[in-house]
Amino acid sequence: MKKQTFDSKPAGPKPWYDPRVRAIFFQVVAIALVFWGGWVLIDNTLSNMESRGISTGFGFLDESAGFGIIMSLVPYDATMSYGRTFWVGLTNTLLVSAMGVVTATILGFIIGVARLSSNWLVAKVSLAYIEVIRNIPLLLQIFFWYFAVLSSLPSPRQSVDVGGAFFLNNRGLYVPEPVTQDGFGLVWGGVFAAIAAVIGIRIWAKRRQLATGAIFPTFKVGVGVLVLVPVMSYLLAGQPLEWDLPALKGFNFGGGISIIPELAALWIALSLYTASFIAEIVRSGILSVSKGQTEASKALGLPNGLTLRLVVIPQAMRVIIPPLTSQYLNLVKNSSLATAIGYPDLVAVFMGTTLNQTGQAVEVVAITMAVYLTISLLISLFMNIYNRAVAIKER
Amino acid sequence: MGKPMTEQTQTPETQSSPSSDVGKSDIIRVEGMHKWYGDFHVLQDLNLTVRHGERIVICGPSGSGKSTFIRCINRLEEHQQGKIIVDDVELTDDVRQIDSVRREVGMVFQHFNLFPHLTVLENCCLSPIWVRKTPRKEAEATAMEYLERVKIPDQANKFPGQLSGGQQQRVAIARALCMKPKIMLFDEPTSALDPEMIKEVLDVMIELAGSGMTMLCVTHEMGFAKTVADRVIFMDGGEIVEEAPPHDFFTNPQEPRTQKFLKQILQH
Repeated sequence: MKKQTFDSKPAGPKPWYDPRVRAIFFQVVAIALVFWGGWVLIDNTLSNMESRGISTGFGFLDESAGFGIIMSLVPYDATMSYGRTFWVGLTNTLLVSAMGVVTATILGFIIGVARLSSNWLVAKVSLAYIEVIRNIPLLLQIFFWYFAVLSSLPSPRQSVDVGGAFFLNNRGLYVPEPVTQDGFGLVWGGVFAAIAAVIGIRIWAKRRQLATGAIFPTFKVGVGVLVLVPVMSYLLAGQPLEWDLPALKGFNFGGGISIIPELAALWIALSLYTASFIAEIVRSGILSVSKGQTEASKALGLPNGLTLRLVVIPQAMRVIIPPLTSQYLNLVKNSSLATAIGYPDLVAVFMGTTLNQTGQAVEVVAITMAVYLTISLLISLFMNIYNRAVAIKER
Repeated sequence: MGKPMTEQTQTPETQSSPSSDVGKSDIIRVEGMHKWYGDFHVLQDLNLTVRHGERIVICGPSGSGKSTFIRCINRLEEHQQGKIIVDDVELTDDVRQIDSVRREVGMVFQHFNLFPHLTVLENCCLSPIWVRKTPRKEAEATAMEYLERVKIPDQANKFPGQLSGGQQQRVAIARALCMKPKIMLFDEPTSALDPEMIKEVLDVMIELAGSGMTMLCVTHEMGFAKTVADRVIFMDGGEIVEEAPPHDFFTNPQEPRTQKFLKQILQH
């Protein structure tokens, strides 16, 4: 070894005292451990499956399933493949999740605002709702709605009958199904024309406000156009719509659209449960906007409604969005509790029945997990894009 | 200092008010006003008459009710007894009256309270566009005029979070002026600022006072009071203790509480 010479660089520490060298060393060790662990896991699984004679691969997806599913959005019968059961499960999961997200959001925002109401009764009722609902396990609530509420409804023969069109019984809720006749295209045309007109009015009103300062009642006129134009085109086209009414046939109802109690129970429970969390998020978002902001807005002469719309809500949204995203993710993942009451979601149909019949545990579990991961990442992505749009610039 | 020409009509009240100045009519009248927070009597029997173009400085120890008092003038706080009449409109529970008073009264806060999600220009245009229904171009032109007056036109497209405290407070003043108010209220406008930024804000306020604006300032800046104020009001324990022109107030205070307060703040 050469003796250290004096040059312009300060003498470095010995490599094992240099934090950078240490960091690289530990990272290499960590990566090596992860790969080794993964390899052991895969090798072990493969050799075990081989010794028990389990075939691997995704060939099972083309085999005939041979079991029925009580509800499917895509055409399905028992002769179809396991691949088809996957789609049935996936669409059912997406259906209940989408319905839940919409209702939980609406309900959550209403309750969150009500919680801040100056009306004592409204505020306390919201508080009671939040504290009761969010502190009872979701599974219990799903059972409550399914077994205690919906199962105790009358049998189909004693259905609750609303005007001979809506029927409620322990097999579900039956509503009339609209069947379009010839000439309904005109009504669709009317709907699209109305939407286009409203967008046009909005743009025109905005331009006019920028140019002259006059504020046009866009909302009221918009609602009027959206209702009147389709109704008029419907009448003009000779009312080309008929209703397929549900009717009792034998022991059950036929015709119309039915909402099965499994879906209803899961939807109600998921919505109410998630709404209680969203309400707290909304409340904290609104409270996070300092009182000075409201005061400054009022001092400038802005009335309460405009203060809320132009000053408070835009600032509250940036606080609300990130935790709201995780509530949406929770709702989607919680929808897998469907299994408990037999709603045919992805977990019940695919990871339940399909897995039991095929025994392809590794493949089925991997597919199911990948699906939930994909849905969650997509929701996060869209919410992040939205969040970036409403974020506040500083420095 | 240019005093504005105002109407010559005089009401008997203006003549009888203690420090009456001929040729000016009342713009704010506070009569026998009381306010309570629960059982706590914050403001006790306040009486004040402010004429067009008058500049009034309100001072007093903390907790004396001076901020609460000026916040009553645009109804950010409610009073429970007595009368407040601003520009011939009495402040009652009627929201239309409250909104019409707020349109004519600008306010500058201790903590600026700029809207962080809007640019400086948008902050200034928000209320003219939505409340006065001014065309956007016109509102922006007015805003730029006032931003030039407070000497920060180059920051118009920045967000408040990107400005220093002094700059933010000057934007807040410009924002209030964009509504073309008849009265400006200042609630300790320099208390949250670093010493080197106080001057830039005071300069803007002095310039504004010179233009004939009716101003009510709650402030501890005694130098500002001496140069600008027509009257200094001293409050303590929710009461107006003393009211005098600045020269008399600082050189010959009558009340012992005023003397004690002045001694404390002018010691250094």
